[in-house]
Amino acid sequence: MVKRIEIRISGLGGQGVLLAGQIYGKAAAFDRKHVVQTQSYGAEARGSAARSEVIISNARIGFPTVRKCDILVAMGGEAMNRNLKDLKGGGVLIIDSSKIKKVPPVNVKILKIPATETAIHLFKDKIYANIIMLGALANVAGEVEIEVVEEAIKDSVPKETLKTNIQAFKEGLKLSGF
Amino acid sequence: MLSHPGCKTYFWQGNEACVQAAIIAGCRFFAGYPITPANEIAEHMAVNLPRIGGIFIQMEDELASIGAIIGASWTGTKVMTATSGPGFSLMQESIGYAFMTETPIVVVDVQRMGPSTGQATKSGQGDIMQSRWGTHGDYTSIVFSPNSVQEMFELTIRAFNVAEVYRTPVILLAEEIVAHMREQLTVPDSKAININDRKKPRPGETVFFGSDEIPPMPAVGEGFNIAVTGSTHNEEGIRFTADPVVHRKLIERLNQKISDNREKLVDVESYNLEDCQIGIVSFGSTSRAVYEAVERAEKKGVDVGYVRLKTLWPFPEKPVRELSNVVDRIIVPEMNLKQIFYEVERVAKGNAEVVPINKIGGGELITPEEVLDAILKGE
Repeated sequence: MVKRIEIRISGLGGQGVLLAGQIYGKAAAFDRKHVVQTQSYGAEARGSAARSEVIISNARIGFPTVRKCDILVAMGGEAMNRNLKDLKGGGVLIIDSSKIKKVPPVNVKILKIPATETAIHLFKDKIYANIIMLGALANVAGEVEIEVVEEAIKDSVPKETLKTNIQAFKEGLKLSGF
Repeated sequence: MLSHPGCKTYFWQGNEACVQAAIIAGCRFFAGYPITPANEIAEHMAVNLPRIGGIFIQMEDELASIGAIIGASWTGTKVMTATSGPGFSLMQESIGYAFMTETPIVVVDVQRMGPSTGQATKSGQGDIMQSRWGTHGDYTSIVFSPNSVQEMFELTIRAFNVAEVYRTPVILLAEEIVAHMREQLTVPDSKAININDRKKPRPGETVFFGSDEIPPMPAVGEGFNIAVTGSTHNEEGIRFTADPVVHRKLIERLNQKISDNREKLVDVESYNLEDCQIGIVSFGSTSRAVYEAVERAEKKGVDVGYVRLKTLWPFPEKPVRELSNVVDRIIVPEMNLKQIFYEVERVAKGNAEVVPINKIGGGELITPEEVLDAILKGE
């Protein structure tokens, strides 16, 4: 039986959307699952629409990008509005509730994580919002053991920010009810 | 990084896999100019080459980049450059020069949406014909098309081997989506990887441009007197810019050394060619939608066979013709406006109806659903 989960993380260039997807993909690879991570961004370095997609399966992955996702992570309102149509009915929408105050009526589970506010409050830097969201994603997706995701973080971020990133990840787990 | 006995598994981008493969193949000189979506190749070359005694140069533009690698190849070094559509256009003249002077070079073109600067970050397959006919004059291209991170690795190694063995430019025609996606990459133990080097002349030899179909190649500084010219030349490299016979002999040999070895150069993945009702010819990332569409068609009781072109040029005529003999209809999905389509039509010679699926813009891939629709239409 082919088991497959498709994840999309959406936001703006500069929010760390690509890195979050890359880390979760790497964690799945560490876990010896079939995994493809792709990304899409604009010609500008910052501020244009960015998204990162991760497909995890127990079988060979043909088509590499997400058409309908099981989990949508939205780092902002615009990103949510643009991508909500691609979230499966009954899927999970994880939003940064510091940035998104209102979600249109849809048949999905909604998980509100005040990622940006938490990042500013705890680390005095909104840049860690993506890793807080990664914590929530890792909890909801449940495809990879938490310790393995932490290994992937360790393998992906600069040494001097590792401690803060791990803290941010744990905060995301906590905020999502882990 | 994950370790297995004798080999290593990474979760890498296609562009990173390309760099790793180039270094294993023996590449020690890279010259390039920044361009999306090929930048990670230059970035990782810049980090890795100096560590192993190689040279990385960021040049002033793409004309200089390809000029630099051609010159470096004549020092006996394995060389590469990487670019995308706009830079690939600028390199065309010197690709002809490398062909004419029989200089082994590897050019990576990570395709994005053209023409011109087009859509810099969006994937496409629009440089198929440019990779075949981009430079002027009668020449034959060797072009490979990877569809995964693993194949970015494997076909980069093959590109170097073929460039060295045939003394000719080889183009790795990648795509943004494959270059930027991350997948598991298994790097085999180095002993298990076949590496070929160019044939060197014996002391006292003077014929480096003829006699043998693929002549030996000396390096500057080894004591051979070498004249290297893009103008028509005889077997010793002496210019003959008006003699019809010298020109014919040279150009026919340069083309024949590739066409005579077509069978060895052509590499395809084929599936279910014996029992299929409908055929598909695809290449690069588009083939990954085909895998899924074929599985779904089979569940509906429709037998589909496919030929996936890992070698784009020389065009794999034999497997495509065989497919056309079996099926009534061949579907050709490509992210351009019918570039391989006409090749398939030419080879099918009316044996089968050839049906295009074309999609360009925004990096939107041809989906399995679109391929499945084309399969089921007419059933």
